[in-house]
Amino acid sequence: MIQNSAARRDLALGVIVVLLLASVTAAFPQFAQPGNLAEILDDSAILILLALGQMLVILTRGIDLSIAANLALSGMLVALLNKNYPGLGVAPVLLIALVSGTLLGAINGLLVWRLKLPPIVVTLGTMSVYRGVIYLLSGGTWVNDNHMSPQFLGFIRYELLGLTLLSWLAIFAVAAFAVVMRYTVLGRNLYTAGGNPAAATYTGIDPGRMQCIAYTICGAIAGLCGYLWVARFAVAYTDIALGFELQVIAACLIGGVAIAGGIGTVAGVVLGCLFIGVIRNALPLIGISPFWQMGINGLVIVVAAVLSARRREDKRAILEAQAA
Amino acid sequence: MSAAIQQAPAQPILTLTQVKKSFGGAHALRDANLDLYPGQVTALIGENGAGKSTLVKILCGIHQPDGGELTLDGRSIRVRDPEHARQLGINVVHQECVVFDNLTVAENIFVSNRPKNGRFIAWREMRTRAAEILRQLDVSFSPDMLAGQLSVAQKHIVQIARALTSEARVLILDEPTAALSHREAEDLFRIARRLRDAGCALLFISHKFEEIFSLADRYVVFRDGASVGNGMIAGTGSEQLIRMMVGRSVEQLFPKLETTLGKELLRVESLSRAQEFDNISFSVRQGETLGIYGLVGAGRTELAQCLFGLTAPDSGSIQVGGKPVSIANPADAVRHGLAYVPEDRQQQGAILPFSIAANVSLTNLNSLAPRGICSRQRESALANHWISALGIKATGPEQNVGDLSGGNQQKVVIAKWLARSPKVLILDEPTKGIDVGAKSAVHAVTSAFAQRGNAVVMISSELPEILGMSDRILVMRRGRVRALLDRSEATAENVVQAATDA
Repeated sequence: MIQNSAARRDLALGVIVVLLLASVTAAFPQFAQPGNLAEILDDSAILILLALGQMLVILTRGIDLSIAANLALSGMLVALLNKNYPGLGVAPVLLIALVSGTLLGAINGLLVWRLKLPPIVVTLGTMSVYRGVIYLLSGGTWVNDNHMSPQFLGFIRYELLGLTLLSWLAIFAVAAFAVVMRYTVLGRNLYTAGGNPAAATYTGIDPGRMQCIAYTICGAIAGLCGYLWVARFAVAYTDIALGFELQVIAACLIGGVAIAGGIGTVAGVVLGCLFIGVIRNALPLIGISPFWQMGINGLVIVVAAVLSARRREDKRAILEAQAA
Repeated sequence: MSAAIQQAPAQPILTLTQVKKSFGGAHALRDANLDLYPGQVTALIGENGAGKSTLVKILCGIHQPDGGELTLDGRSIRVRDPEHARQLGINVVHQECVVFDNLTVAENIFVSNRPKNGRFIAWREMRTRAAEILRQLDVSFSPDMLAGQLSVAQKHIVQIARALTSEARVLILDEPTAALSHREAEDLFRIARRLRDAGCALLFISHKFEEIFSLADRYVVFRDGASVGNGMIAGTGSEQLIRMMVGRSVEQLFPKLETTLGKELLRVESLSRAQEFDNISFSVRQGETLGIYGLVGAGRTELAQCLFGLTAPDSGSIQVGGKPVSIANPADAVRHGLAYVPEDRQQQGAILPFSIAANVSLTNLNSLAPRGICSRQRESALANHWISALGIKATGPEQNVGDLSGGNQQKVVIAKWLARSPKVLILDEPTKGIDVGAKSAVHAVTSAFAQRGNAVVMISSELPEILGMSDRILVMRRGRVRALLDRSEATAENVVQAATDA
């Protein structure tokens, strides 16, 4: 159908993920048991959410290096809130995480849009600033599980039809993104703005504004994931999710999102995350140190880049055909 | 003629009156006047830099005019942005293909007004309507193809199709055939005529007279940012149009020095490169300045890049100082005494964040650093020498080139090469975008260089510069040599005629 090459790529990655699952299962039958698969999904849920946000930013030719720092800052904010006001319940926690993340994302977006600063510089800077603010907020102390209320910790672990609420959140987000990216003007304009910013300008779409929107949505997701992360690991401190932005970007690239913008699918990103999730869960099983994870991710990115590096020369033909 | 007049309605759809636009200090448009009539094709004619592109950008809302008035159906309007232009029924087919390669043809056609079902995009309807428009245009490609797979001509047709998704009152074709073959251009014209017959007002921008005479009903000529003439095409000859195009007084002073021609320094024989230029032969002698004139996209820069070893020729030979040489890369070219001042000064010529001294010494590091260590004093001395020799206005050798004016930046680029004492200096649009004073300073420098027994090859799109500075003029069109004129026989008319094949 639409975007043939992208669809083919998604299919290939899907086959690889299934083959991966099948071969690990052949050696360790317990791997493919529903319980373990659900665990892989639960384990990948935050990565999926963040990668969807990051995808928007990369689609519009940006990059968000501050995504994990945003997560950590928003996470610390709600952890402190929960510690000091344990009776508040989950709804205000979710709201505050979202608002905090949205604001932090909007800062990136406005700097990139209004001041025309390079995205990598802006988010490298805000990444450090956001981490610094966590230290200011927390004074360098940890918020542990004994400071967190049972609802705060229990919400994401609530099981529905065998899956955690965290997993359901990711599934819901994937469905919502799939619809938005394909069936709404906002989603399509994100593709157009990143695919050809000059042409977008000529058709009345402001590529800078689209970038800003992408950063803001990405920030909102990072903020939400701040709560999810803190609740899941039951701890908040300055360095949580340190370096996780690279894994998020890796998932996007494995999933076929073009770093040059304009190309990428929700399905691809989800498969990229599952690929990472499956390998992460399989490695300890087959007795390989999880430290190989980064190496494998890197290898996959490089191989994918080599495969898609078909250099196209777009040259203008000056000469007329000899006959003319 | 009579048929055209009978068709001509009294009222134009779109008028521009005394529209002005300047960027910084430079006037892009001084006094632009234009009337577009329904059911007629108006050709917009003018040299490179006459203000045609600025005019298009004002019409489609990318730029706002500084003065003057636009009216649509007799009412004064302001085009806020490209989306607004589309709503007003003004559509543009841009010279550069502004399509989205990663999206399908259907989505490209409806990119700014995708059909919707409530909040959601109605893909099926979009596809059906796109197929319907493509059928109307009688073209063979599918709405499901990715636009990136289309040819340049087909991408232009996608842009026209965009105009047909809503009521197109005005369609502007901005040099749509520049990159098209004859047959592809004919297809495009067939579609243009169909739109004209449906009552659309077309503005057709082109350098190609045969196309203008075949498609247009009316013409308007722009020169130096002002409209200088208009009328019906029927009964008008190409000589008349050319005279209006180039008619500016060639009173600018060109400080060309008298030289005596010596032995041949550079000879090019049957040089060809697929898709770019074909069978180019010329020679330049000591003391001579060879001007190369042509329209943008005639293959001049490609030829210069090939001479300088940036690209490899498919066939042909190059002789320097009477000896055949092989130039596989720019280092070879430099060793054989060639120097190339590229067109894009800011990207390819100067290194803007570097000082003048660092820029000038770039090509001379071997002599400045005999033992691998570059002497700052010698670097400064060299820079100081050229600052005074070329009259570069700067605070000193340590000033960043990015802080200099365009003309002084260009002088630094030229100094970089002159410091190596080349035999042949190839200049590509050497005075593009620099002010008049700096222009004649650059001309004085290159002319003096030629007088010292060297050769200059100067590519330029500016007629006065070409006519004023060249001993001989080589005119290129579509990658081929169309004329080689002596200074004495060259006139504005015959040079432009050869470049446009009027």
